[in-house]
Amino acid sequence: MVKFLLRRLANSLVLVGIAASLAYLLAASSLDPRANFEGRNPAPPKVVVDRRLDQLNLNDETPLLQRYARWVRGVLHGDFGRTWDGDSVTAEMGRRIGVSLRLLLIATIVGGVLGILAGAWGAIRQYRLSDHVITLLSFVTISIPVFVLAVLLEIAAVGFNNAVGVRVFEYTGEFTPGLGGGFWTHLGDRLRHLVLPSLTLVLGQIAIFSRYQRNAMLDVLGQDFVRTAMAKGLRRRTALLKHALRTALIPAITFVAYDFALLLVGATFVEKIFGWHGMGEWFVDSVTSNDVNAVAAVSCFTAVLVLVAGLLSDLGYAVLDPRIRVS
Amino acid sequence: MSSPVLQVRDLRVTFRSEGGDVKAVRGISYELARREVLGIVGESGSGKSASALAVMGLLPETARVEGSALLDGEELIGRGDRELARLRGRRIAMIFQDPLSALTPVYSIGYQLAEAVRVHRDVSADEARRRAMELLELVGIPRAGQRASAFPHEFSGGMRQRVLIAMAIANDPDVIVADEPTTALDVTIQAQILDVLRTAREATGAAILMITHDLGVIAGLADRVAVMYAGRLVETGTVDDVYGRPRMPYTLGLLGAIPRVDESGRGPLVPIEGAPPSLVDLPPGCPFAPRCPLVYDRCLEVEPALLAIGEAGQRAACHRSSVIEEGDLRPVDVFPLPPSTSPARTHDRRAQRPVVLAAEDLVRHHPVLRGAVFKRQVGTVRAVDGISFEIREGETLGLVGESGCGKTTALLEVLELRPPQGGRVVVLGRDVAQLDARERRALRRDVQVVFQDPLASLDPRLPVSDVLAEPLRTHRFPAGRTSARVRELLELVGLAPGHAARYPQQFSGGQRQRIAIARALALEPKLLVLDEPVSALDVSIRAGVINLLEGLRARLGLSYLFVAHDLSVVRHIADRVAVMYLGRLAETGDVQRVYDAPAHPYTQALLSAVPIPDPTLERERRRIILEGDPPSPADPPSGCRFRTRCPKFAALDDDLRGRCIEEDPALAAVTEDQHAACHYAEPMHVV
Amino acid sequence: MSVPSDQFSSVLPSAEPTGAAAALDETRVPSRWGLVLKRFRRRRLAAAGLAVLVALFALAFLGPYLGHWSYTDHDFNAFLEGPSAAHWFGTTQTGADVYALTLRGMQKSLIIGLLVAVIATGLAALVGSFAGYMGGWVDRVLMWFVELLLVIPAFLIIAILSPNFRGRTWLLLVLVVAAFLWMVTARIVRGMTISLREREYVLAARYMGVSTPTIVFRHILPNVASLLIIDATINVSVAILTETGLSFFGFGVQPPDVSLGSLIADGTSSAVTYPWLFGFPAALLVLIVLSVNLVGDGLRDALDPTSGTTG
Repeated sequence: MVKFLLRRLANSLVLVGIAASLAYLLAASSLDPRANFEGRNPAPPKVVVDRRLDQLNLNDETPLLQRYARWVRGVLHGDFGRTWDGDSVTAEMGRRIGVSLRLLLIATIVGGVLGILAGAWGAIRQYRLSDHVITLLSFVTISIPVFVLAVLLEIAAVGFNNAVGVRVFEYTGEFTPGLGGGFWTHLGDRLRHLVLPSLTLVLGQIAIFSRYQRNAMLDVLGQDFVRTAMAKGLRRRTALLKHALRTALIPAITFVAYDFALLLVGATFVEKIFGWHGMGEWFVDSVTSNDVNAVAAVSCFTAVLVLVAGLLSDLGYAVLDPRIRVS
Repeated sequence: MSSPVLQVRDLRVTFRSEGGDVKAVRGISYELARREVLGIVGESGSGKSASALAVMGLLPETARVEGSALLDGEELIGRGDRELARLRGRRIAMIFQDPLSALTPVYSIGYQLAEAVRVHRDVSADEARRRAMELLELVGIPRAGQRASAFPHEFSGGMRQRVLIAMAIANDPDVIVADEPTTALDVTIQAQILDVLRTAREATGAAILMITHDLGVIAGLADRVAVMYAGRLVETGTVDDVYGRPRMPYTLGLLGAIPRVDESGRGPLVPIEGAPPSLVDLPPGCPFAPRCPLVYDRCLEVEPALLAIGEAGQRAACHRSSVIEEGDLRPVDVFPLPPSTSPARTHDRRAQRPVVLAAEDLVRHHPVLRGAVFKRQVGTVRAVDGISFEIREGETLGLVGESGCGKTTALLEVLELRPPQGGRVVVLGRDVAQLDARERRALRRDVQVVFQDPLASLDPRLPVSDVLAEPLRTHRFPAGRTSARVRELLELVGLAPGHAARYPQQFSGGQRQRIAIARALALEPKLLVLDEPVSALDVSIRAGVINLLEGLRARLGLSYLFVAHDLSVVRHIADRVAVMYLGRLAETGDVQRVYDAPAHPYTQALLSAVPIPDPTLERERRRIILEGDPPSPADPPSGCRFRTRCPKFAALDDDLRGRCIEEDPALAAVTEDQHAACHYAEPMHVV
Repeated sequence: MSVPSDQFSSVLPSAEPTGAAAALDETRVPSRWGLVLKRFRRRRLAAAGLAVLVALFALAFLGPYLGHWSYTDHDFNAFLEGPSAAHWFGTTQTGADVYALTLRGMQKSLIIGLLVAVIATGLAALVGSFAGYMGGWVDRVLMWFVELLLVIPAFLIIAILSPNFRGRTWLLLVLVVAAFLWMVTARIVRGMTISLREREYVLAARYMGVSTPTIVFRHILPNVASLLIIDATINVSVAILTETGLSFFGFGVQPPDVSLGSLIADGTSSAVTYPWLFGFPAALLVLIVLSVNLVGDGLRDALDPTSGTTG
């Protein structure tokens, strides 16, 4: 099993390399940082612009492969280059990674666990009222795009705040800048800012997972071993929880990895709409401002995250499924 | 006489479905006495499994169950989940058909066994584990201590079924319900499991309710038998009575339709025309009436009740049972036999007939690959490891063996018409290694195939006319004559030509197999390769298809390579037989000779394991039970591959054993037209 | 959402080749398409979804003829006005008619969704079936490629490429989105083809001498048709969501053309104070996606009753 995971790790590293390179090459050939300088008033002379672009490794007149090579050299030393403003990409990344990870982890863990439970419950109570309710809610939630859901929650929060008279829910940024007070005040403040963005992602995750898990669970329920467990004398509920759910967790783990890429895209919307300064927001801003190195860095981060999620799910799969472990 | 341990009265099961209510079980009543074995026999759709599941309360919620089932006086039908859970596994236990999916893949065997104990008894985990080991040893799993921590996927089918039996007897139940426990197993493993069932019965004193479609198994195991058809019992009695003096036409038909491994007669089997009825909208009267040769007016109006006939407690549901009783009618008296079409087989002219198919030292190995993108080979599965046989014109060779022996691989090798990995294949005088693409394509006209699963061998999206026309179109048959040929083919296999526009799903299984046969005959081939063509069909349907194959062979001068695991069918249809084990041939020869006096220990064990639908014979037979599971074809034993399970090897002295361990025996003549690959071959009468 | 069906089969025990097979059910089966239609009609929600979808199409393409304004008009007398008799959905900051804008956006989203789904599914069917049937290096390269593209979400790559769309036709966007979507469906088609490849009717055709392309077109593709139809519907939904998502950030449909995504983006900042700017485009988008999903679900239930989906 260790060998299996090591092989996966090696494979993943290769993929990260290729994906990140692809992103860089596409960004470098599609985005035009020169236009940022040319758009200024008065427009600086070309020589000045060229020199500045060279410094930042953003000169579109340098051959693409040369820029790529310089970028790779930098990355291998931990330096992701410079933004078109001249700041360090690596430093900015450091500031923003934590923000994104906070959102992503909450969404994955809370959303995943609740979604799996909801799906399993729906399958056990197939065709009863609770199943119909869960199914309907999931269905509608999936049909609402993340950006619409985010705004809807914002509107609801405003309404709630007005009704109660207190600003319970905050919907801009991660925290209130310049807030005095001690640890608990800050914690409360952060939580108030955290609720809406997390809720947006968590709701979507619950909906997706519950539908998937319901199907997986139904497939397992039709299997003979549930019947055997009952024939042994286990009550239906016990057989379903101990045997069926445990077995149906296996596909759920693999699904987490598959779903993670979609989650990243959703997080991008949430960050932008709620003003969280994470990697997603940075990506959108960077594309708009033709910031090649920043775009490449975010893509690299994305690829690494997706592959880490994949490796973790492989690990989880190996832990949960004895057929992988022993063979 | 003590009270029966299980008493079922007027049990009814109805399923809701899209097409309407399916009345799977329509009022059956029976009693199971203590320590008795009652066999419930029926084909698919008879409702036998549904009735067993209903008694256990394990049907899905969409099923409606009515009636009564008293377990030692306690009512089972309609009880709540908690109460039934108390009884299940303790007083009444069940063994299911498919051991593969019947065990939870994520928990170890020991854990699942211990769970069976702890659910009903308040014992410590250690105590439960000890009991689990005890049970594993009782059912014959060696090294129980080690094996208990293994997972289900590491066990073979036979081992898993033993575990399921162990689970069932964990708490000494009064009744064990066995639902087709050996249907999915090879015949030698089936013999092992039936033995384990007997042991289980001894150990617990339980009564067994045995549900199966195999009349041979019942004959060997049961005291009494009940025959089910279309949701009702149509005949009950002791096995001697029902098998010896059947009084219901369906039972008569079944007994006449089964080929027997101990019969040397080559007459046609007694077919039962038609198919079992749909249980959605049953017409009034006896459900067997459409297929019954003895039908008269009353049969179509009133459904017969199960009434006593004879003196010994036998009951039959037939208006005509008195007629059958008086005349002591046999199956051949009741069911009309098709005219015998096979000409007398003359063995002596065999050497003069041309060779249609010859294989010499045929080899086919599969590499075992690991890795996703860059695959490396970690082992070899030696599926076919050097076999030689030949088929002459007009002859049928039966290639038999159990699962994993390589017979299907050999069949596919022949069909590929490509140079084999080892050895030679000569088809109609042409060595396949020397064919170019055009010649190969032309040769395909003469070699056609019929597969096992009639549903999967016809494209569900094509109407039957297209299915039959495909080979014609592929080989540029004149387009104008295609539809005429399609009609011809349908008539040839006994189907109505007007049905050519229908889709395969609209035909029954037996009819679909006839379509598959028709397709194979479209280009007038000389050699037909058949892969278990009747094993997926119901018993009553098989006889018709077997007779058809026989008749076609005689009429069209075909030769057959008939691959099967069912030895009784092979005895009936084949002229010569080749027995395969782990990629090699154990024994070959004339079918009568090999079956009457097999020389190889494997053939002897194989034949002794085949159940015969004759209770007297079954009781008196001496069984040769093989130990353990077949070795993996990726790692065959040195020397003789069979030695790890060979009863003869076990009885030999050490110095004689050496030869078996070192030298792989070659096929050597034992008698005239019988060859066995054994150093100590000795013909022995087994069936 | 598109769920890889091969996820389930890897968990559950696969059938082992055994010595004997269980006898088949001998009863007859009624006509296939009759059953399909019956099941679909019974799923009232799915039928309702279809009706709503048709209505939405009608609204998008015929609706503009009912309104008085085109989407490029600016009514200088009515800035940021709520819904009224003159402007059914209200007006924007520049006096543009929200009704006309929304319908124009709907047209874009619907057409892009349909085109992408058709192209992606068609391409996936061809490549997936041939890769699955022929195996070998073609298959391995394809799967490796798919895995690579799952590592970086398509959304990001299309966003990076978006500057190339400026000033060009929206068809380019269609092609790019389709180029990413087809991979996942192709993988599923490949999986199904691999299992069909060993089916006996395919083997029979092979041993009859039928050529490989004929086998794929005659036997494999028609038998994955139900899967393709279901996946095509899912792809419509995913394509619409992708396109509107991209347009939300300005990476998709470019001005002066209008998409529901760009409208929603414009309306987001003032969603609380001027709800009609956000509300109408958002509501219609959700309706579109919801009805497509309902139809897809209904089709899946009707065509593949073993999938065990919603009740």
